[in-house]
Amino acid sequence: MYRILKAEQLADKIYLMDVEAPRVARVCQPGEFVIVKMDEVGERIPLTICDFDRERGTVTIVFQIVGASTYKMSFLKEGDAFRDFVGPLGQPSEFVKEPIEEVKKRRYLFVAGGVGAAPVYPQVKWMREHGIDADVIVGSKTKVLLLLEKEMEAQAGNLYITTDDGSYMRKGMVTAVIEDLVKNQGKTYDVCVAIGPMIMMKFVCKLTKELGIHTIVSMNPIMVDGTGMCGACRVTVGGEVKFACVDGPEFDGHLVDFDLAMKRQQMYRTQEGRAMLKAQEGATHHGGCGHCGGDN
Amino acid sequence: MDMMKRVPIREQDPKVRATNFDEVCLGYNEEEAVAEAKRCLQCKKPLCMQGCPVAIDIPAFIKKITERDFRGAAEVIARSSALPAVCGRVCPQESQCEGKCVRGIKGEPVSIGKLERFVADWSRENGFVPAAPEKTNGKKVAVIGSGPSGLTCAGDLAKMGYEVTIFEALHEPGGVLTYGIPEFRLPKDTVVRSEIENVKKLGVKIETNVIIGKSVTIDELMEEEGFQAVFIGSGAGLPKFMGIPGENANGVFSANEYLTRNNLMKAFRDDYDTPIEKSKKVAVVGGGNVAMDAARTALRLGADVHIVYRRSEAELPARVEEVHHAKEEGVIFDLLTNPVEILTDENDWVKGMVVRKMELGEPDASGRRRPVEIPGSDYTIDVDTVIMSLGTSPNPLISSTTEGLEINKRKCIVAEAENGQTTKKGVFAGGDAVTGAATVILAMEAGKAGARGIDEYLKNQ
Repeated sequence: MYRILKAEQLADKIYLMDVEAPRVARVCQPGEFVIVKMDEVGERIPLTICDFDRERGTVTIVFQIVGASTYKMSFLKEGDAFRDFVGPLGQPSEFVKEPIEEVKKRRYLFVAGGVGAAPVYPQVKWMREHGIDADVIVGSKTKVLLLLEKEMEAQAGNLYITTDDGSYMRKGMVTAVIEDLVKNQGKTYDVCVAIGPMIMMKFVCKLTKELGIHTIVSMNPIMVDGTGMCGACRVTVGGEVKFACVDGPEFDGHLVDFDLAMKRQQMYRTQEGRAMLKAQEGATHHGGCGHCGGDN
Repeated sequence: MDMMKRVPIREQDPKVRATNFDEVCLGYNEEEAVAEAKRCLQCKKPLCMQGCPVAIDIPAFIKKITERDFRGAAEVIARSSALPAVCGRVCPQESQCEGKCVRGIKGEPVSIGKLERFVADWSRENGFVPAAPEKTNGKKVAVIGSGPSGLTCAGDLAKMGYEVTIFEALHEPGGVLTYGIPEFRLPKDTVVRSEIENVKKLGVKIETNVIIGKSVTIDELMEEEGFQAVFIGSGAGLPKFMGIPGENANGVFSANEYLTRNNLMKAFRDDYDTPIEKSKKVAVVGGGNVAMDAARTALRLGADVHIVYRRSEAELPARVEEVHHAKEEGVIFDLLTNPVEILTDENDWVKGMVVRKMELGEPDASGRRRPVEIPGSDYTIDVDTVIMSLGTSPNPLISSTTEGLEINKRKCIVAEAENGQTTKKGVFAGGDAVTGAATVILAMEAGKAGARGIDEYLKNQ
């Protein structure tokens, strides 16, 4: 069992937990992920690593409720435990594996959308620890859904916050901020790391391609085992089929086939929705209303 | 009774079992087992033993059955095999022990597999547990992977007195016995779990959720965690795809994914959260045992199922018994047929598959007649799900993170057959990780060889 040392709700449907997992905490790197399974009947859920403490042996995860299993997970409290917690999985971010002198020569722009702030945070923190000031854009639908603002502020060179509805700081999409920084403020970047909803990453990549900025994205497809065994997470990158769990999850965003990836993400959508209703409503859902077709 | 014929085995009715996940074969009861055991000729030079990769003393355990000494029979088997309830169910006995049985020359060979299963099930039901060694020798050995080769190697080493820890990447031990072979052939809670418990009772520790090569490397296990030798039994887990258009559409699965969802994650049960596609018409591409498992699983989940295989029935790599069971249950075989393209709808869901008729040409390197395309023979079959069952290859996670561990061009770890020795000192390997995808019993044979190799190596340290 993997004990939860801290559990807090960050925003509507978004939760943060520190989990005791010494084997993972000892070696994990920015860019990698874990798989958690809450209990005997739960799904294996891939989650990005938001932070880690090697000495305490803890790993911080952030998740959003998207289906039955994450809904049930949201009720876990400090002192509870996950049945299973495995990792680190996937490849570390490119810069972790490169010579530090090379990395220091580059100007980095991080773009986080929604829960994407969680996987971006350890990367920005890594930059700070290696003396690199990175520019960071964090986008959110609205003010109350904004994540990790203070933490990000402490690690970023410059932090730019934008909300879709203008309820906090700038108003508009993250792409508008990138354009503003590059076109109006004369900023130049060698590498952009964009992590967030698939549609956001797609449009960031479209823009950075025009601007000529090498862009890395992190894919979060459907997975089962996370070790290369099932192939559920296959993504098409540069015309080649890759497994996000072992070849990724980070890829050259200008080569990713986002349209195909978005369609694959829909695969279990209705089933997940039904499972979630069942989890929320218990046995009452079985009767069904006869109108929605959810019982068929 | 007619001594030329076997005592028939009781099975669930095909129509009934096609709708449930309970075990197909019901096994012998005591009377049936004794009657079948009496057919054994007790040969002076038992050829059946030569056919058994782990050399179980077959005539001896069968003799014990005739004497109704079932515990004695279990003790004979336990000397050679840690997983008799598994082997009695999934070994290809027809080409091993039973294939050599002298009874088989004029009549039907003795049902050695079903007798082994009977003894193993009797042991479980009567609480017979193999004894753990009284004290250990203090030497630590790490075993990577808890499938058939790892469990066998760990069990043998524990009996010799070693302190063995198995590291398993998934959340449940058992490897392919747990994630791959379905419930209706190999029940998990009763058979698999209890055999694993028996290995643990020998003193073996199992740590799940550890991915060697990621969570910790082999070098770290040896240098920092005090393991003096390592056995790699990590299997062949990577699925193959065909590379045809439409293969990444929604509704195309590897057999590994389909079976893992159903077996490991128990998607067929309402009380488990993992979903599985509710298909109407499924094409399973391939003709091996895994293809049969996927097809029969899809059938039980309510679909019409076709096996699409490019050669003819004679070349099907699956066991005859599996093919027979699949047909009985209603799986349709589209033989000499090969997929060319998967068709999709506007949301990228599978809506059909274009296939091409084949004919058999000259024998190829495998000795089987090579399938040759018949030009202009393409037609479309109506399916909403395609399951690719084309074989698997070893996972590179371990070989790519272990300095000095050589692999061959098929990505298999290079190891000596007789003792499992790899190109790295103190590191041994066996099973599918070395041979590529094969059978449970061959992996167990390699696990035994690895245990012998490790014992010799550590005695000389």
